[in-house]
Amino acid sequence: MKTSVSLKINGKSYQDDVEPRTLLSDFIRHHAGLKGTHVGCEHGVCGACTVMIDGKTARSCLAFAVQCQDHDITTVESLGTQEELSPLQQGFWEKHGLQCGYCTSGMLMLATELLEHNPTPTRDEIREAISGNLCRCTGYQTIIDSIARAVEIKAGTALEAAE
Amino acid sequence: MNVKAKAKKSIPASRQREVPGQDLKWIGQNMKRVEDPRLLVGEGEYADDIALANMLHAAVLASPHAHARIISIDVSKALALPGVHAVMTGEEVAKVTGPLPCFGSPPVEQRCVALGKVRHVGEPVAIVAADSRYIAEDAVGLIEVEYEQLPVVADLREAVHAKGAAVLHPERGDNNIALQRSFKFGTVDEDFANAKTIVKRTLRWPRSGAQPLETCGAVADFNRGSGKFTVHCNTSMYNYVGWLWAVSLNVPAHKLNIVPTMAGGSFGSKLFLHKVPIIAATLARKTGRPVKYLEDRLENLSSCDHHGSDRYYECELALDADNNMTALKCDVIDDYGAYFQFGIGHHGNALSQITGPYKIRSVEANITAVLTNKCQQGAYRGFGSEVSNFVLERMVDAACDELNLDRLAFRRQNFIKKAEFPYFIPTGNLYDSGDYEAVMDKAVGMLDLEGWRKKQAEALKEGRYIGIGLATCQERSVFSSTEFWSLNNVPGFTLTSSAEGVSVKLDALGNAVVKLQAPFWGNSPETMAVQILAEQLQLAPSAISVAYADTDSGLSGTGPGGSRYTVMIAGALVGASKIIRNKLFLLAGHLLQAGKDKLELRDGKVMVKGTEQGMSIADIAMQAHFFRLSFPDEPEFDTGLDANYTYDHPLTTLPSDDRTDLGIFYPIMGHMCHMPVIEVDIETGKITFLDYVAVHDCGTIVNPMTLAGHVRGGTAQGVGTALYEQYDYDEQGQFRSGSYADYLMPKVMEVPPNVRVGHVETPSPFTEYGIKGGGEGGRMGTPPALAGAIEDALRPLGVRIDALPVTPSKLRGLIRQAQAK
Ligand code: FES
Ligand code: FES
Repeated sequence: MKTSVSLKINGKSYQDDVEPRTLLSDFIRHHAGLKGTHVGCEHGVCGACTVMIDGKTARSCLAFAVQCQDHDITTVESLGTQEELSPLQQGFWEKHGLQCGYCTSGMLMLATELLEHNPTPTRDEIREAISGNLCRCTGYQTIIDSIARAVEIKAGTALEAAE
Repeated sequence: MNVKAKAKKSIPASRQREVPGQDLKWIGQNMKRVEDPRLLVGEGEYADDIALANMLHAAVLASPHAHARIISIDVSKALALPGVHAVMTGEEVAKVTGPLPCFGSPPVEQRCVALGKVRHVGEPVAIVAADSRYIAEDAVGLIEVEYEQLPVVADLREAVHAKGAAVLHPERGDNNIALQRSFKFGTVDEDFANAKTIVKRTLRWPRSGAQPLETCGAVADFNRGSGKFTVHCNTSMYNYVGWLWAVSLNVPAHKLNIVPTMAGGSFGSKLFLHKVPIIAATLARKTGRPVKYLEDRLENLSSCDHHGSDRYYECELALDADNNMTALKCDVIDDYGAYFQFGIGHHGNALSQITGPYKIRSVEANITAVLTNKCQQGAYRGFGSEVSNFVLERMVDAACDELNLDRLAFRRQNFIKKAEFPYFIPTGNLYDSGDYEAVMDKAVGMLDLEGWRKKQAEALKEGRYIGIGLATCQERSVFSSTEFWSLNNVPGFTLTSSAEGVSVKLDALGNAVVKLQAPFWGNSPETMAVQILAEQLQLAPSAISVAYADTDSGLSGTGPGGSRYTVMIAGALVGASKIIRNKLFLLAGHLLQAGKDKLELRDGKVMVKGTEQGMSIADIAMQAHFFRLSFPDEPEFDTGLDANYTYDHPLTTLPSDDRTDLGIFYPIMGHMCHMPVIEVDIETGKITFLDYVAVHDCGTIVNPMTLAGHVRGGTAQGVGTALYEQYDYDEQGQFRSGSYADYLMPKVMEVPPNVRVGHVETPSPFTEYGIKGGGEGGRMGTPPALAGAIEDALRPLGVRIDALPVTPSKLRGLIRQAQAK
C-alpha cells in the first residue's frame, strides 16, 4: 500500500508515492534524489544521516517520511555550493575536517545547529555538540578545528561587511 | 649488528630517480585536498549513489546459527511475494557461480551463499532480488530453513583440538587447524641458552575491525547480448585481483568490467571485496536486470569477511648480561574464523618487522592458525603487524619492569643506530633507513616528560593515578606481495610484483588528466597525484584533474593497501612525467631551435635554460595534438602528449626455499614514537587523556596535513582497539556485537582532545623523493602505548595489562584483583 508523501526539503517540495514504512533517509536519498545525506548504521547510533527537522537536528534513519509531512527538512544540500562553500564547509576544507567524507554531512548539520544557537562556541562546546556522531577517519580533532575555523571565517565576513 | 648476514646478502641497486632533499614547490605543502569540495556539498559518488535503470535490490537471509547443516530451504512463499524477482539458495547459486577467491593454500572453500552447511552467524543462506530493498527484506522473512545444529567451535585454544562434527571443513582433514608452521631465523636456541634473563608473558589481542561508516556495496549489471558483467563497487584492489571475481562468476576476465565508486572509508576492509559484488552479479545474471546489494550494518559487522587479528601469544624475550635483547620467541594461536581468504599473510606481514626498531638477532615464530565458527579475518589497518608491535612493546616494557630499567634508556640502548642502515633483520627483510633516537627524542621533548613525571608524583599524593606511556614501533610500508604465500607449506600462487600504473594525458590546452588504477577509498589519492604531478611537470594544481580507471581501461595496478599508494603512485607519476617531459622538450626544442638538454620546465612553460625564451606547455600541447606537419617526419614526433607508466615495487627479493630467509619484502620502513598521558579513575575504570604526543617518521612527506590526519585517525582507532572494541562471540558462537550500540567505537569524548603530531623525515634511499608510506601508523602504535600508560598509572597497585581491550569494567576487575592481593 503506497501513500502520497510530499516533503519540503531545503525549501523545495518533493512528492512521491511511497510505502508508509519508508524511512526519511530513504525518501531523501532515493525519492528526492538528494545524496548528500548518508546512511551508516540505520539504527540511530552513528549520526551520518543527521538532517534538520524544523531547525532541530534529527536522525533521518529513525523517522518515517510520512511523519515529516508539513515539516521543514534541511539537508547538507542547503549549505554552500562547490563554487561558493559555506563558512562551515570552508572551515572543514581548510582544517582537513574530513577524509572519506561519509560522516561529513551529519557533522555539518550538527555544526549548523550549534552555530545558530551559539555563534562563538568554545572547543568544549563544539566537542559536546558533535559527541553523538561517529567519524571513523579523522579522530575528531580536525572536525573541532574546522568548526572553530568556520566561526573565525564568519567573524571575518561579518567584519568585512561592517567595514 | 648482524654483520654476517649483511656480508653475504646483497641489496639490489636503488631505482630512485628523484633524490630526496631537492628544492620542491608542491611536495611538502599543506595543500588543501582536491577531493574535498565535492564531498563537502554531498556530491561524492558512493556505492549507494549508483542507480541504474530497472535496477532491483538484493537482501540476504543470514544464518542464525554458528554451525549447522542445512536440511531444507523452502523459498515458495518468498517467491510468491509480489515484487520479488528471484530467490536463490546456495544450491542454485552453485550451479552458476563458483567458490569465492581464496589466497590460502591449500584453499578453504567459501561460497557467496552457503552450500550445505553454515559456518558462522550471519553467513548468507539465501539471496533475494526484488523491486525494493523493503520487499526483498520481506521476502527474506518468508524463507523457511530447517537446520541441524553441529557442535560449535568458538574458542581459539579449543579449536586446536576439535575433531569430528566440530570440524568446519572436513575435506581438509579431521581438525580445525588451517595452517601450522614454525620458523627459526638466526641462532635462537643458542641465544636463549646463553641468555642472562628470559622474560615471559602471555598476551591476548582482541578481535576488532575497521568498521568504515559506509558498508560494502555493489551494483551489478549483466548484458545478455554481450555476455558481459559491469560491476560498480566500493572495493580498492580491483585492478589487481578483481579478475578473480570473473573466475567465481565462471566468465573470462574480459567479460567483467569493474567500475570503482568512492568508498566511505575502508581501512583495509574493502581492499578485496568478493562476496558482496558476486551476490549482486549472480542475481543480475539470474534476473537480467541490474541489482544493487549493499550490506546493512548487521551484515557488515557479522559477515564482512574482514574481522581483524584475534591472537593468543606465549612469548619469551632473551636478554644478555648487558641487557641487550638478543632473541624473541612467540607461540601464537590466531583465530581466523570460518574461512581463510588471505592464508596467514597477516603473520608474513608481521615478520617484516617482528624485531621492531631493535637489534634482536634471532627469532622463533610458531604459528597456529585455527578455524572457528566466526566471520573470517580480512584486513584492518596494520594487517597483523600492529599486533606484533603490541606484543614486542609489551615484552620490552615487561623486561624494563623485571630488570628495573628505564623504559627510554633501555629502548635507546637496543635501537638500531642511524648509521647501521640499510639493516637486515633476522627474518631476511631489510629496513631501508631510520633514525629512531631522533624520533624518540623529539617525542620526549614535545611531551615535557619531566614536567609530567612531577605532576604524576603530586597527583599520586592526592590519590590520583596518572600514567605516561611509551611505544617505539615500526610501520612497514609499500606492500609487495610475498607475505601472502611465503609462509605457506605449498606456496601456491607466487606473486612477485604488485605494480602501480598511471596514465597521464596533457590535453590540447595543456591541462593534465591523471587516470589512477585505484579508487578513492577514503584517503587522498587525488591530492597526492596532483601534488606529485604538479612538481614533476611544474603545472599549477588547478591544471590537473584526476579520474579513476575501470578494469577495461585500467593498466596493471594494485591499489591501496599496506601503506603503499603514495610511494607507488609517485613512482608511476615520475615515470610517466619523464616520458611527457621528453616529448615536450622534443617538440619545443624543434620549435625553439634549441637542444633538448638546453631546456627546462618553469611555471607551466618550457624555457631555454638561463634565458627568458620559451613556450607555454599549452602552446606546445596544441601543436602536439593538431599540428603534426609542423614537425619532422620521425615517429617520435607523432601526434599526442600522453604516457602510460607502470611502476614496479622499488625493492623486493625472493625468499629462500627453506624459508630461513624470507627475502626483502617490506623494506620501506617507517617508525613512530607514541607517548600518551592518561589518568585512570580507579573507582570506575575510566581513562581520561591528559596529553598525547605522536611523532612519526614516514620519510619525505608529500602533505604534512593529510599525514597528520592519518596519524590522528589511526590513533583514534588504536584507542578503540585498546580500550573498547571487540567483536564478541559467546560459547555458542552467537554474535553479541551486532549493532553500533554493542560494538563500541570511540566518539569524540573517548579520544585524546589534542594528539600533538610531530614529524621526523628520514628519506628512503629506494623510493622517489624518499617518500615512505604512513597510512596505518596511528593504529600501529597506540595500543601498546596505552597499555604501558595504564600500567604506569597503576604501578602503585601492581596492575599488569596483558590483554586488550581494557574496557572500564575489565580495568575495574584488574584493580579489584590487585587491591585484594
Ligand atoms: S544511519 Fe542514522 S544514525 Fe546511523
Ligand atoms: S571522514 Fe570518514 S567517517 Fe568521518
